[in-house]
Amino acid sequence: MATIALGLPATISLTRDHVRRGRRVKNQVATIGVVSVFTLALLPLVSVLWTVLTRGLARFDGEFFTNSMRGVLGEGGGAIHAITGTALITGATVIMSVPIGLLTAIYLVEYGKGPFARAVTFLVDVMTGIPSIVAGLFAYAVFSMILGPGVRSGVAGAIALTLLMTPVVIRSCEEMLRLVPQDLREASYALGVSKHRTIRKIVLPTAMSGIVSGVMIGIARVVGETAPLLLVAGFTDSMNTNLFSDRMSTLPVFIYSQWANKGVNAAAYDNRAWTAALVLIAFVLSLNLLSRLVARVFSPKVSR
Amino acid sequence: MTILLADPAPTRAESAEPPADPPQAPAPPQAPEHPDHPDHAPAGRSLLAGTASWDRVADKAAKATSTAAGAIILVALAAVGVFLLAQGWPALRAGPDELPAKAESFWTLAGPLAFGSLWAATLALLIATPIAVGAALFITLYAPRKIRGLLAAAIDLLAAIPSVVYGLWGLMVFAPLVAKFYKPLSEHLGWIPLFAGKPSATGRTILTAALVLAVMILPIIASVSREVFRQTPPLEIEASLALGATRWEMIRMAVFPHARSGIVSGAMLGLGRALGETMAIAMVLSPTPFLMTFRLLESQNPNTVAAFVAQNFPEAHGTGVNALIGLGLILFVITFAVNWAARRVVAPKPT
Repeated sequence: MATIALGLPATISLTRDHVRRGRRVKNQVATIGVVSVFTLALLPLVSVLWTVLTRGLARFDGEFFTNSMRGVLGEGGGAIHAITGTALITGATVIMSVPIGLLTAIYLVEYGKGPFARAVTFLVDVMTGIPSIVAGLFAYAVFSMILGPGVRSGVAGAIALTLLMTPVVIRSCEEMLRLVPQDLREASYALGVSKHRTIRKIVLPTAMSGIVSGVMIGIARVVGETAPLLLVAGFTDSMNTNLFSDRMSTLPVFIYSQWANKGVNAAAYDNRAWTAALVLIAFVLSLNLLSRLVARVFSPKVSR
Repeated sequence: MTILLADPAPTRAESAEPPADPPQAPAPPQAPEHPDHPDHAPAGRSLLAGTASWDRVADKAAKATSTAAGAIILVALAAVGVFLLAQGWPALRAGPDELPAKAESFWTLAGPLAFGSLWAATLALLIATPIAVGAALFITLYAPRKIRGLLAAAIDLLAAIPSVVYGLWGLMVFAPLVAKFYKPLSEHLGWIPLFAGKPSATGRTILTAALVLAVMILPIIASVSREVFRQTPPLEIEASLALGATRWEMIRMAVFPHARSGIVSGAMLGLGRALGETMAIAMVLSPTPFLMTFRLLESQNPNTVAAFVAQNFPEAHGTGVNALIGLGLILFVITFAVNWAARRVVAPKPT
């Protein structure tokens, strides 16, 4: 032991002397390259956050959170109708996708064996890769077949978002359920507890913090989705609280429509778009932070 | 252990009678006078009341419900394909009067758009992959251990920003910025066909769109790369360092050989995301209908499938809507193939 400890510094200095100049230079170039590439990757993040913050604060006022765009041309107006729409559509999405996602995860972890389970796993992977606009087109195709062409409604948007959120929920719940130690399940079975009760009373409570944080990640993913909502929920200037009829504005679509349909005084439209972007980003980032917090603070002491 | 993993119910006798197979079955509960609903029973007792016949019914019901949820996934994906096909079909025989942008036929519309999608996504991939791999290397192998989590979270934040915000930023901040570089780029490198032509003054070119796309797919590639870098066998890292390799040589000899398939798979996942990305391109790019060109800096650019659908859907009607749905089906098939290939490249997850 002592010889190794003594020998180590000598070896290092020996190799250092023998490292040829070219190799050392190459190593340094690589280090500089890696560091600068990492910095380069962070630049857009800093730029986006800075721009949204500075430009978004211009209209970050009471009027923005209390007024809709009804009858507004140019200055003033707000996004309360879009915030309400986002809350309603996201809520409907959560109600649909969390039960399906959680149950599918339970199926995959607790019951799934054989070709059917493999097929479901594969399809969840495929579903994760569905482009959001395809989800929107799908929801439109379904609703227009049932209700006739040109239909727009909040619930159609929720269907599209469900298609996007469910695989996220499945993936994170599956991961969390697999983290529950097998010993806990076996201890429960050994006491004569049936399987469904083991899942309900042992597995789910143990994994609960992870499931909650996974759902939050899922919400953060879909709340910024624009394309599907632009197609099937459309946009409007007025408040609409009925998910089942008529167009419904949402925050991301509000950003797009403020930019795309500028009236007189273009700056007012731009300012509203940036403020909406600020609200959206603040919400998404706090959801991300909160989910990390939930996962860390309420996590079961699984590892010993 | 496998006995315990199996569903315990079938090995047990009907009610409180002694079990038929004593060595495997647990002792029957002493007081079976509480066969009531488990939700009303105290937790401790409900855990022991496992032999009630209600319990076995519930067991079957639980299995059936969760299997049904899995089946919903299957049905949903099949429905996506079927509905898109059914609604996109009429567009195949539609003429110029009915199609968006007065296209001759569905395929003269779809061809250039599919080209634009693939071209923009490939460009984004070529830009993002080296940066993402470098950033992942920095996080896993260069940065101090304590701040690794923080740096990884910062890169992941790039994925959390909504695409419409990227669109707004790309349009108002990024495009004017890069436009300043396009003029000298075309002056000095104009002899390369990619940079030929008159550079756009607004900067809303396919190269700008691809750069914004690259920012958006970077976190995906970086997180997959980070994962595979972390799984490098530590003994090989230490062995190569002990043999006197510099850090870079260690990375080349010990880390990269293990990580290659993972990086490829991450890049293909990024490609899938780039192909389907809509809003950022719809806002940043200034497109010209039916154009197919590899030139990067001109003000006339090919459009992508997703952006075209988003731009034209609000005003579309009749067969035009069917054509857009048909385009969606094409996009679905392309991303499906790319994602499938990505999963095939990487070794299957240990499940």
